[in-house]
Amino acid sequence: MANYQAPLRDMRFVLYELNQGADLCKLPGLEDMTPDLFDPVLEEAAKLCEQVLHPLNRSGDEEGCTWENGQVRTPQGFKQAYELFRDGGWTGLACAPEFGGQGMPQMINTLVSEMICATNLSFGMYPGLSHGAYTALYAHASDDLKAAYLPKLVDGTWSGTMCLTEPHCGTDLGLCRTKAVPQADGSYKITGTKIFISAGEHDLTENIIHLVLARLPDAPKGIKGISLFLVPKFLPDAQGNPGPRNGAACGSIEHKMGIKASATCVMNFDEATGWLVGEAGKGMRAMFTMMNEERLAVGVQGLGLAEASYQGAVAYARDRLQGRSLSGVKAPDKAADPIIHHPDVRRMLLTIRATTEGCRALAAWVANRLDVAEHSVEPQEKRDAEDFVAVMTPIVKALMTDLAFEAANHGMQVFGGHGFIREHGMEQLVRDCRIAQIYEGANGIQALDLVGRKMPAHAGRYLRAFFHPVGDFIAAHVEDDELGPFVQPLAKAFVRLQQATGQIARVGLAKPEEAAAAATDYLRLFGLVALAYQWARMAQIALPKADADPFYRAKLGTARFFMERMLPQTGGLFSALMAGGGSLMDFPEEAF
Amino acid sequence: MNIVVCIKQVPDSAQIRVHPVTNTIMRQGVPTIINPYDLFSLEAALALRDKVGGTVTVLTMGPPMAEESLRKALGYGADRAVLLTDRFFAGSDTLATSYALATAIAKLAEEAPIDMVLCGKQTIDGDTAQVGPGIACRLGLNQLTYVTAIDALDAESREVTVQRRSEGGVQLLRTRLPVMVTMLEGSTSIRRGSMPDLLRAARAPITVWNAAAAGIEDVQRCGLRGSPTVVKKVFAPKPRAEKAKLIEVKGRRDGEIAADALAALFAAVPKLEGDLARQTVQA
Repeated sequence: MANYQAPLRDMRFVLYELNQGADLCKLPGLEDMTPDLFDPVLEEAAKLCEQVLHPLNRSGDEEGCTWENGQVRTPQGFKQAYELFRDGGWTGLACAPEFGGQGMPQMINTLVSEMICATNLSFGMYPGLSHGAYTALYAHASDDLKAAYLPKLVDGTWSGTMCLTEPHCGTDLGLCRTKAVPQADGSYKITGTKIFISAGEHDLTENIIHLVLARLPDAPKGIKGISLFLVPKFLPDAQGNPGPRNGAACGSIEHKMGIKASATCVMNFDEATGWLVGEAGKGMRAMFTMMNEERLAVGVQGLGLAEASYQGAVAYARDRLQGRSLSGVKAPDKAADPIIHHPDVRRMLLTIRATTEGCRALAAWVANRLDVAEHSVEPQEKRDAEDFVAVMTPIVKALMTDLAFEAANHGMQVFGGHGFIREHGMEQLVRDCRIAQIYEGANGIQALDLVGRKMPAHAGRYLRAFFHPVGDFIAAHVEDDELGPFVQPLAKAFVRLQQATGQIARVGLAKPEEAAAAATDYLRLFGLVALAYQWARMAQIALPKADADPFYRAKLGTARFFMERMLPQTGGLFSALMAGGGSLMDFPEEAF
Repeated sequence: MNIVVCIKQVPDSAQIRVHPVTNTIMRQGVPTIINPYDLFSLEAALALRDKVGGTVTVLTMGPPMAEESLRKALGYGADRAVLLTDRFFAGSDTLATSYALATAIAKLAEEAPIDMVLCGKQTIDGDTAQVGPGIACRLGLNQLTYVTAIDALDAESREVTVQRRSEGGVQLLRTRLPVMVTMLEGSTSIRRGSMPDLLRAARAPITVWNAAAAGIEDVQRCGLRGSPTVVKKVFAPKPRAEKAKLIEVKGRRDGEIAADALAALFAAVPKLEGDLARQTVQA
């Protein structure tokens, strides 16, 4: 299995130099959050991921989860690793101190999550789902429910799930059939079947808290009739400890392409006791509270896997001797030159690297704005941050997972046949990455969210939260002597993005199908411009320091590669989406 | 059990480079770490405390920036940290250092008796292995050096049993508290810090003592003035005249590879086979 070392140097760059992480403590509620806390947290997280989670990645993939009589067993070592993770306090990293959490900002959470996903995405699913459940409960549950459940979700003795999908409804949750019948004591009886439930059943925690979307008897049809319920596996007794078994059982687990050590469960609810979370009929709204964070988290899953793939590929490319360099022999004492000297291998390595470093910067930027949105008390500042997060959420989710899958594939390609076999773990990264493009809203749905909801909202106000800072940056630096060459390609792509936006807004108003037909290309175009902006800003920071420090020299080199060899894809995307949706929709259905 | 662990902040020797022309050590930009042997003693102290209760105090002497290594130690779970820092301490050799540390430990013992002092075997920048024994002598503690593991601690009889590495074997030694132990790399490496400890460490107050606060009455015994050691010369060792040669052989089985390698070696060094044969006969 390829080695992994957390990219702490680049993380610090993104945290402090690119995003002013030292200023997070100026936000109300984050006063204690200063770099003297961040550095040791990042270092210890790196150790935990490298030493505990990483060694279990391949064995967990080989062994997978086992279902027997309704019980799920996680692969060997997962339980011990989870105990170390929980005892170290990592389950509460980004949870509120009032419930026992550490109250770390999203920016730190995002960096730590990347390390977890890079070393063992399957493992990360368990605490990840708990955190999703925590977020929904924290925002919407009654004080009683919070007091009973949050401390144990935060300290990791209990875990959580999100039960949305049913056999006949995934994307369109308005079709949800699971029933909730009110009882005299204020609780509800929940009945129905949920599928694809990550961490629905496992042996890591003493109780599992399901958050279930269900419909009240008198609820209207569609999305407005859906409410959210808390359904524990074991009903807590008077002391708050797990008591009698509830009517929630795991019927089977799925056999999947990747993340095999994460249990994906069919959950059967049979008159299970549950409690309403938030208001009746507002279940989807409660879900969407955590969507921004969760979608960013899925984007970061991709990023982690791409980074792991990069580290494996670089090590192999330095080591593997094949063929001679076309510019003359590089290793005369050896039978052949290391393949890192070959242009096409470099193309792949730099594509992965420009992807990981660009996406890390992008994720940290969005996480930073998420911190402002969550903590700021100045209405204008808060709204601007919320607008920005709203427009960037579908982009980070879809762009980062799509690019990460391509990156993981490149990493495997560098290994040739040795990437295709299991021994080196490179094919596992590809398989594990694939789901990130699908779950938490398939990437095509993210594109529809971008053009259908985010673009028209408040007459384009969300978009301006991105367009204004980028436009200002270009205007200020496009003529700079040194920085100019990094800003001009951004300026060109930015014009394409503006034109495409105008076109979709115009045509989409009259014919929504046209906007939908352009959505995926538009999201990729938007995302590449966002990455280009990050790369231009990184180049701006790196330029004055590049002579003295190889880290910044490499930064400039990667920025140049991105601008010259990746950003031009925006030209093709622009042409494709400007051609309109005719070729898709004119094609007769029977001809498929 | 009240335990004091003496630690030192040292340059990470793995990252030190020697200037190719002047042969001097280039310390610039080299990150600092806690002396690796001290981490074995810190882990031993934390494990003992977790087992029998008590407190672990980390103590260091150094410039104000040594606070960083104390916070790291707190992040691993130490209870208290004390920094000895004073311009009088600058330039201390092992005699002056052990005097200052021993005095500070005696000062700490005024608050509550100290049962055990733990040090690393030696530091990776000085490599003397003298400070631990120096402290023990000054404080009249029993001393156990080159310890790889603390096997048992009997709270009733106040006896401690340790494994000590010696030439060609392991000694099992038992003695009474209070004791000074210097630790080698052993079977346990330092634990990972937990989030609560990491956060506490960043904010914990550090006790900072100058010479007077540490109870040092005679500053003439500290720093350069209290250090009789003189560095006469620093030089890089002469490189060996010959470079190692790599012998490459092709073979499929281990036996073939070994035979080919030997044949190639004897061909390269014609005298060797005869010498070896003579030695074998004599033996």
